[in-house]
Amino acid sequence: MSGAYSRVRQARDNGRPTGLDYIKNIFDGFIELHGDRRYADDPAIVGGIATLNGNPVTVIAIEKGHTAKERTYRNFGAPHPEGYRKALRLMKQAEKFGRPVICFVDTSGAYCGVGAEERGQGQAIAENLLEMSTLCVPIVSVLIGEGGSGGALALALADRVWMLQNAVYSVISPEGCASILWKDSSKAETAAESLKLTAEDAKSFGVVERILSEKEIGKKEFYHRIRTLLTEEIGELANDLDLIGKRYERFRRIGTETVIKESV
Amino acid sequence: MALLHFLKPKNQLEEGGRTSAPVQQDAGEPEKNCPNCHKDIPLSRLWAGGLVCPCGYHFRMKSRQRIQMIADPDSFHELYSEMRSGNPLRFPGYKEKAETVRAASGEEEAVVCGTAKIGNQNCCLFVMEPYFMMGSMGSAVGEKITLLFEYAAEHRLPVVGFTVSGGARMQEGLLSLMQMAKTSAAIKRHGDAGLFYLAVLTDPTTGGVTASFAMEADIILAEPGATVGFAGARVVEQTTKKSLPKGFQKSEFVLTHGFLDGIAARSEQKKLLSELLAMHSGRRIS
Repeated sequence: MSGAYSRVRQARDNGRPTGLDYIKNIFDGFIELHGDRRYADDPAIVGGIATLNGNPVTVIAIEKGHTAKERTYRNFGAPHPEGYRKALRLMKQAEKFGRPVICFVDTSGAYCGVGAEERGQGQAIAENLLEMSTLCVPIVSVLIGEGGSGGALALALADRVWMLQNAVYSVISPEGCASILWKDSSKAETAAESLKLTAEDAKSFGVVERILSEKEIGKKEFYHRIRTLLTEEIGELANDLDLIGKRYERFRRIGTETVIKESV
Repeated sequence: MALLHFLKPKNQLEEGGRTSAPVQQDAGEPEKNCPNCHKDIPLSRLWAGGLVCPCGYHFRMKSRQRIQMIADPDSFHELYSEMRSGNPLRFPGYKEKAETVRAASGEEEAVVCGTAKIGNQNCCLFVMEPYFMMGSMGSAVGEKITLLFEYAAEHRLPVVGFTVSGGARMQEGLLSLMQMAKTSAAIKRHGDAGLFYLAVLTDPTTGGVTASFAMEADIILAEPGATVGFAGARVVEQTTKKSLPKGFQKSEFVLTHGFLDGIAARSEQKKLLSELLAMHSGRRIS
């Protein structure tokens, strides 16, 4: 198995900690807040308020679930539009009350279903991107497993994006890519390699700032380390007077150098 | 049921029973078969009708033809024409594919940007190119659209955009995905400056383009019968293992579900866009 595809397998592993594990182990006093105030409550996205080192924060996580029952209930971590709208509602609430936003991202992608399309999956993601680009509080997003395309980006237009060592971040699944390009989904390993979807790749593109080691993953020390890093980072971002300007530049430069600017 | 399958109308336009005008034919003239009414239409007639079949079916249109149709004569000045994507991931086969497409389409990239007048009103205009990797968005497409919104914000101009796209260009991986964030942030800045953005979604507008700048306009129109959606219909069918509702993801369906301001046939677009631009250029209260 190729190196990249083994990362994909690890990122999808059922035994990996999920969004709720991070919430429970990093924050104190988490209170879940439900619903998008539009249509429904999407169990694939969990959100609420908690404290980080004593300070209130808004936490949003895509949740895949562990057991078969949980995974079905969470729709395998594939959010519907109402999940993204709930997330945006909570982010706007965070902005109003001056709370930083921390997102944990783990999805194979936004759900591909009839209802999701009818209720504007594309519009929901687009609105999150639009609004997150100028949200007046710090946003840190941590990719903990699968970073599946627009469905992941909708919670990752952030000031800092971190990735677990074995998380992946990609514009399309390796299987999807192989089936479109080579009409053969069994070429997923080759596609995974070509897509450059590992944490190291993402860091080299300037898409993520930090790769989090998976040493002791799931253990107390692991969460403690992330908690310390988040506390430090949020503290720094909270004092930045040009937060939104820098967030704009963070995304503005991506892909700019690879554009060729002279005629053939 | 399966036996009758072939009798089912091929799409909503046909189902809707739009009257097809009789087609006059000159012997020997080149024709194009309409996928909606299945008639052979003389090319000259299609051209005269803005590539719209007498039955109402809107054929795909090259970006340059569209600009000619929508912009006032000689008013279009292209910007960033020299830009094109490299092969940042060294993705297998991408360089060759892009070269072939460049030669065949005569375009450097999947979007054409510039300034124009529509109904004598200044605006920035971008038109995506269906014949360049189906309008897929890579770094160059994202960069050009971002630059255009930045230019428009600086010069206080409205932006009119015609989208057609299969989504983010997978050969540029994460860099393509990030263009969704980059263009969205530029659109937000333009919008926060009180400036107007109008999008016309044409067939097909899907994936990462739907999930970013296509759905971020102040007014969103679509051409009749255009596919507008996030996930591809085939993917939805495979995921849900259910048959899709009638007219799924067609612009009429998307309008009914509340995600479009209206449907604009090609023949009325110039007038409608001129009126909408005019209504956003007047004096404002306060």
